[in-house]
Amino acid sequence: MGRLAITAFVAAAIAFWALPMLWLVTAPFNSHPGLDVSWPDWTLENFRKLSENPYAFSSLKNSVYLAVGTMLGVTVMAALAAYSLSRVRIPGRNTILYGLLLLSSIVTGTAAMVPIFQLMFALNLVDDRSGVILVLTGGLLPAAIFILKDFMDATPKSYEESARVFGATPLQVLRHVVLPIVRPGLATIAVWALVNVWSDFLTSYILLRDPTKLPAGVVMYTFYSEGGQANLPLISAFSLVYALPVVALYLFVNRRYGFRFHGGIKS
Amino acid sequence: MASIRIDGLSKVYPGDVTAIDGLELTVADGSFFALLGPSGCGKTTLLRTIAGLEEATDGAIHIGDRDVTRLTPGDRNVAMVFQDYALFPHMSVTDNIAYPLRIKKVGRTERVAKAAETGEGLGLSALMDRRPGELSGGQQQRVALARAMACQPDVFLLDEPLSNLDARLRLEARTFLKRLQRDLDVTTVFVTHDQSEALAMADQIAVMEAGRIRQLGTPSEIFRRPANTFVANFIGSTPMNMLPGELVGGKLRVGDREPVDAVAAGWVGADSGDGAVTVAFRPEYARVDEAGSLTFEGEVETSENLGASVLITARTHDDHRVQAVVPEGAEPEPGAAVRVTPVPGRVLVYDEDGELLVP
Repeated sequence: MGRLAITAFVAAAIAFWALPMLWLVTAPFNSHPGLDVSWPDWTLENFRKLSENPYAFSSLKNSVYLAVGTMLGVTVMAALAAYSLSRVRIPGRNTILYGLLLLSSIVTGTAAMVPIFQLMFALNLVDDRSGVILVLTGGLLPAAIFILKDFMDATPKSYEESARVFGATPLQVLRHVVLPIVRPGLATIAVWALVNVWSDFLTSYILLRDPTKLPAGVVMYTFYSEGGQANLPLISAFSLVYALPVVALYLFVNRRYGFRFHGGIKS
Repeated sequence: MASIRIDGLSKVYPGDVTAIDGLELTVADGSFFALLGPSGCGKTTLLRTIAGLEEATDGAIHIGDRDVTRLTPGDRNVAMVFQDYALFPHMSVTDNIAYPLRIKKVGRTERVAKAAETGEGLGLSALMDRRPGELSGGQQQRVALARAMACQPDVFLLDEPLSNLDARLRLEARTFLKRLQRDLDVTTVFVTHDQSEALAMADQIAVMEAGRIRQLGTPSEIFRRPANTFVANFIGSTPMNMLPGELVGGKLRVGDREPVDAVAAGWVGADSGDGAVTVAFRPEYARVDEAGSLTFEGEVETSENLGASVLITARTHDDHRVQAVVPEGAEPEPGAAVRVTPVPGRVLVYDEDGELLVP
């Protein structure tokens, strides 16, 4: 009896999580997609409509631009900051780190949106994609530094000292010795930053105006018919297109790093 | 090729922890020099300060004619081999050995050729494409040495060069290092806490305690005539026999034994004064059942087999323990009565402060 109950519960839980996924892969191919999961008639009509939408394709380009820009900013700056924090002894270092981590969830969160908007307005960066990159980078950096510092801490100091005795400058030490060793860590935060920005809505929604600059997450929100109804054919097709790069990234990273990249190097 | 001269060097860490305390030291050009001492004595700090990884608080370091005290590690032309060898795990053996040349902006082809040549000299030719993780401890050590040699430094610094090897390999590496140092003829300073390593390899040893040098000398000087009780206790694979005595008018009395004329024996000077002393002699320099001016009669408690010899411990009637190394086959049984006699020329007498009376 107990076993039956558990099985039923697990089945319900699986259905709960799986249904949206099923909708995601079936609805785009349905000529009249609804809010239910039904067997599609395998039409590509929805994708044709999507290709006629003036903002769909450019929004994907915008998303790539924002994601790659933020990823580069986060990775480079987190590498430099984490290395410094890992190697230089300053009083209250841990407090700083934990403070940053706490604040980071606020920066890209809802609470700080008004001051951030005002700041961006003062900097003349509203409706500028660089502004979005800046805010997202700022929001992701603390956690990235935190993650990467662990990788840096795990690298024996003697490697660096050895390079220093041979005359390497701090930047050479970082480039030749530390970065190659923490590459799994860099890959982790790069992927994490890409996925985070890809799924971001709020920051771009608030800071961007020009529809040609909007990323995919925000553009999808504009897919309504004249009557104010959600344009499900367009939304379903776009959802699938929007989800595919993340799946592709997952497959690429899995092949390249085998998802052994968390928890330091074991060679 | 260069000597190292250290003048009044001090290293004080934040929180007033003194690691090196006004140290004076000269390492002769081409010598193989050991910094020996228990952990926390400042020997590694001294090595790292010579390398430039630690900044001197006070004093000066000269390598050859150059004052390197305020130079960065890279400008000192020294090479250091770390205890864990610090080979870069993501680089092949070739790239590891060539790394110092890469920093010096030597071209790739020349670098590889130089690495191959250095590696060949250390028997690494077959391993040049491997990663450090695929090498044994002994091979890793040779790669680390090759990397240090590749930049042709004035001075080699080795931090505990043998501690990461297993016991068997350690003996081989000892001989290998000594031969290599002789062949290269580069001034080499190494740190060790193992007195037998220092005695076996070094031309000169500095025994350190609490940031100071307690004795400086050749291995045989340090083994035969430790300048103070600290060194006497620290050096030697069997602990030194140490017994309390009293010096009155040149006569040495140990317990209720017949006083010995210590001045005539050359153990103390005529002007050594009176007072409590410590009489010391090595178990290796003690004979069993031989006549002598100073003898210790007792009963054998234990005998430990050392291979070619046996270490016996005898307990005297006034409750002291005296050890002697006797040849194999000649050892008395436990319980037997023995007489332990130090070889006359090997008796050391220390004053109340633990300093040798006849240096």
